[in-house]
Amino acid sequence: MTAQARRRTGTARKSILGVLGVLALLALWQTASALHWINPIQVPSAAVTLDTFISQVQDREFWRNVGRTLTTWAVGLGIAIGLGCALGAIVGLVPGLRRATHTTVEFLRPIPSVALIPLAILIFGIQPQAALVVIVYASFWLVFIHVLYGVVDVDAVARDTARSFNLTGSSRLRNLVLPSVAPYLVTGVRLAAAVALILAITAEMTIGNPGLGRALTYAAGIGDIATVFAIVVTAGALGLVVNIAFRLVERRALHWHQSIRGEETP
Amino acid sequence: MTVAALARPRQLRPASLRIATDVLANLGLPILLLLIWTVWSNVQPSQFFPAPWAIAEAFVDTWMGPALWADVLPSVTRLLLAILIAVVAGVALGTLIGLVRWLRELTEPTLEFLRAIPPPVMIPVFVAVLGVTPQMQIIVIVFGAMWPVLLNTTDGVRSTDAAMIETARSYSIGVARRIFALVLPAASPRIMAGVRLSLSIALIMMVISELFASSSGLGYQIKYFQTNYLIAEMWSGVLLLGLFGIILSVAFGAIERRVLRWYHGVKEAAHD
Repeated sequence: MTAQARRRTGTARKSILGVLGVLALLALWQTASALHWINPIQVPSAAVTLDTFISQVQDREFWRNVGRTLTTWAVGLGIAIGLGCALGAIVGLVPGLRRATHTTVEFLRPIPSVALIPLAILIFGIQPQAALVVIVYASFWLVFIHVLYGVVDVDAVARDTARSFNLTGSSRLRNLVLPSVAPYLVTGVRLAAAVALILAITAEMTIGNPGLGRALTYAAGIGDIATVFAIVVTAGALGLVVNIAFRLVERRALHWHQSIRGEETP
Repeated sequence: MTVAALARPRQLRPASLRIATDVLANLGLPILLLLIWTVWSNVQPSQFFPAPWAIAEAFVDTWMGPALWADVLPSVTRLLLAILIAVVAGVALGTLIGLVRWLRELTEPTLEFLRAIPPPVMIPVFVAVLGVTPQMQIIVIVFGAMWPVLLNTTDGVRSTDAAMIETARSYSIGVARRIFALVLPAASPRIMAGVRLSLSIALIMMVISELFASSSGLGYQIKYFQTNYLIAEMWSGVLLLGLFGIILSVAFGAIERRVLRWYHGVKEAAHD
């Protein structure tokens, strides 16, 4: 068997086993409900959940909620990336600024963003801005810190080379700083995207701006547990799509970088 | 160190001056920001941004009394217990999944999906099953904080040096000893990286679980202050949570340095 063929059977085995795993979990869930191991009032069966999910997917309000959540998510993530890149680059490039801001950053960063939810409600009320404050605060630090590390991590030899070739400021930025920052930035953005989605839904749950999160608390409030599970599945699917999409972006954007190229060579 | 650096002694600058610049570099900006905040809150008082001293006062009044025992301590106990459960469960499951190939391939898509569920979404589910109880809050935190540990353990276990495993096998070292003496230490840098991630998630989940479904605890108190318009008290709660975050990360740093002392030693030796 050639190495390539072996790898192909390996992949096939992996996908088959993976699908089997998902099916086994669903079967276990269904059996547990059918045998009344779990209370159907507390946890609906897999079939009921799937059924509710399918009828939800045909409902236009459901897609509107998905759209609202994703809009808040995208706007918040966009603001966080813009701010994080700008401030990260400034703090990393201006000499002395990194040291001066270190203590402040290390104090502000660990404050859990959800602690700001009551404050955001007070200032903005039940408006998208309140959710945006929380999302931006959480994802900003990830982008900022990664950009900062990337700027500082410029290879010393490359920097000396650039200096001895008398590269201009803009050319140094493009040819020296940017390649060093790119892998850090992409990683930071990928992490920030996942966190921003979590907080977009959390904000809807706690602040009450419209979206999947509010639909979830509403369903939980009236005891519609099947809809709760359907929304959990939807949220998981959204999270999965975001994770996979940003991992693909990472591979595409950094195809030249060692961390990606290293995986390709067997 | 280069020759030039050795030739130029650093002691030329007096120690007192060096300490002064150190203090200025580290505390200059925080003090400046506090000053600006104080001046601004006096010039243009805003009900949402009370002066720093008002927050400090509220901090002492609110948390340095019965609230410490009634709200802070139960929250912290739940948090630490949940972190412990998440780490133990994550390492145990992660080791099992990392060592057994068919199990890994069987569970990978399922785990990938479960991990992608934003953890706060699970709160209504756990509330439906367990009610508003401390157990529910602990499980909510564990559900959020377990994934980074589990996935990093799996990765770390998988990337154990194959030659070392072969060696252990040819010396017919038993499975239990192989896991505790070889696989887990080899995976420990990755495991610790996972634990660091899960700490901040755990703190977030603690607050959300209390904001959303609770009648005591830090998150509940902050929400109570908000609904009753006690702004300085609310800020003092945010401050306390920030302090928690810092204490957790400092404590973890100390533990990590101890656990990974051998690893940092190896890395330094490799650099020399």
